[in-house]
Amino acid sequence: MSLALEVRQLEKRYGALQALAGVDLEVAEGEFFGLLGPNGAGKTTLISIVAGLVRPSAGAARVMGADVVADYRRARRMLGVVPQELVFDPFFTVRETLRLQSGYFSLRRNDAWIDEVMHHLDLDAKADANMRTLSGGMKRRVLVAQALVHRPPLIVLDEPTAGVDVELRRGLWQFVRRLNRDGHTIVLTTHYLEEAEEQCERIAMLKAGRLVALDSTRNLLARFSGLDLEEIFLRVMEHPS
Amino acid sequence: MSGFPTLLYKELLRFWKVGVQTVGAPVLTALLYLLVFAAALDGRARVYEHLSYAQFLVPGLVMMGVLQNAFANSASSLIQSKVTGNLVFVLMAPISELEFFGAYVLASVVRGLVVGAGVLAVAACFVELRPASPLWMLAFATLGSALLGTFGLLAAIWADKFDQIAAFQNFVILPLSFLSGVFYSIHALPPAWQAATRANPFFYMIDGFRYGFFGTSDVAPLASFAVVAVSFAVLAAGCLLLLRSGYKLRP
Repeated sequence: MSLALEVRQLEKRYGALQALAGVDLEVAEGEFFGLLGPNGAGKTTLISIVAGLVRPSAGAARVMGADVVADYRRARRMLGVVPQELVFDPFFTVRETLRLQSGYFSLRRNDAWIDEVMHHLDLDAKADANMRTLSGGMKRRVLVAQALVHRPPLIVLDEPTAGVDVELRRGLWQFVRRLNRDGHTIVLTTHYLEEAEEQCERIAMLKAGRLVALDSTRNLLARFSGLDLEEIFLRVMEHPS
Repeated sequence: MSGFPTLLYKELLRFWKVGVQTVGAPVLTALLYLLVFAAALDGRARVYEHLSYAQFLVPGLVMMGVLQNAFANSASSLIQSKVTGNLVFVLMAPISELEFFGAYVLASVVRGLVVGAGVLAVAACFVELRPASPLWMLAFATLGSALLGTFGLLAAIWADKFDQIAAFQNFVILPLSFLSGVFYSIHALPPAWQAATRANPFFYMIDGFRYGFFGTSDVAPLASFAVVAVSFAVLAAGCLLLLRSGYKLRP
């Protein structure tokens, strides 16, 4: 089994705060994987370490076998992250933003793929609009497009549907499922547990920087028969074992 | 291939898109300095025998524009990206610390040189200018803007807020540029102030640039160039070390 993401004894300390306390995790290529946990559980810290935005205090993370610190160029080429915050550069249009993002990954002639991604995310009409003028939902779509411009085999979606309307949510999941069918590995963090139950094949739950549950969605639902994922999540958070 | 050309292009596009603010405004400021000071002091102040005060003033104003805008470019771009959060797109890309440093500093050099050329062009409409050694001018303008671009990058790596950058500009860059001999020759100063001015790297950049203009300066141009080059090397090494350590950018 080839691994898209491999996390070994990953630790992150901010002074006295232990944000991650030795997390081990494996995500196989082609999986749709859910990373769940309450606020402050360490999900975004883990993703940030994988993306190279935060340095680990100990342990290692690999994307498609490439160490995110020692072999960061290869690791970053194979990873696309949709950040949780609605961040954008107010100087540029949607198309300029996506072209610049392509260029950061050394892709100079990428317009055909950029057009395709914009089409799937219903961004065609906004291609030449300045990022400042877009609604929150549209900005979220651009963030997804930015994560995809270099066709990464591993895509991390950090709460991609937070504050997003039903129509975009539906369109987004259709597109992400298609990417997954095409072979992209998806790692999703979300607070909407029905989305995780619907989309993810396997689920990990973090609490206070530790992994407290890791199993297939089917096994989790079978183990706590009669409960939905939200109830299972609350029970695991109350009694981690 | 790397992301360096795109990051450089993005940094150039960023300041060019707001050219009125980033190029037009500093050119106008320098022109106002020239008109006011030259009108007020021409005939009363003469620094070199063969030059009018307005002619003496122009290279200092050009270099002041170059240096202040080189600092402003890297500092404002990075702090803006940090505060708004869009820096993540650069930090998540396969771009090395050296490429990151090079793109920000080169964009600062370009903005510094564009502003300098603008000030020079406008000043030439009012004052007769005959540069003696354009190569020295270019060398000091390029290295000086690289030095200030690096300083701007360091300031923005450290700063968490816009007002901290404004404090750098108002309490460090502005006094250092005003007290570096833009408006006077250090020979007009008392010995203690002359010594203090010689500890200011801005003095060597402006004096060296002025040599390129008139073939006359307070310090030998090679010595000034060496001071600026060593200052740049020290700041650049410090900046690269900070970037490698991840200080404030990759906590």
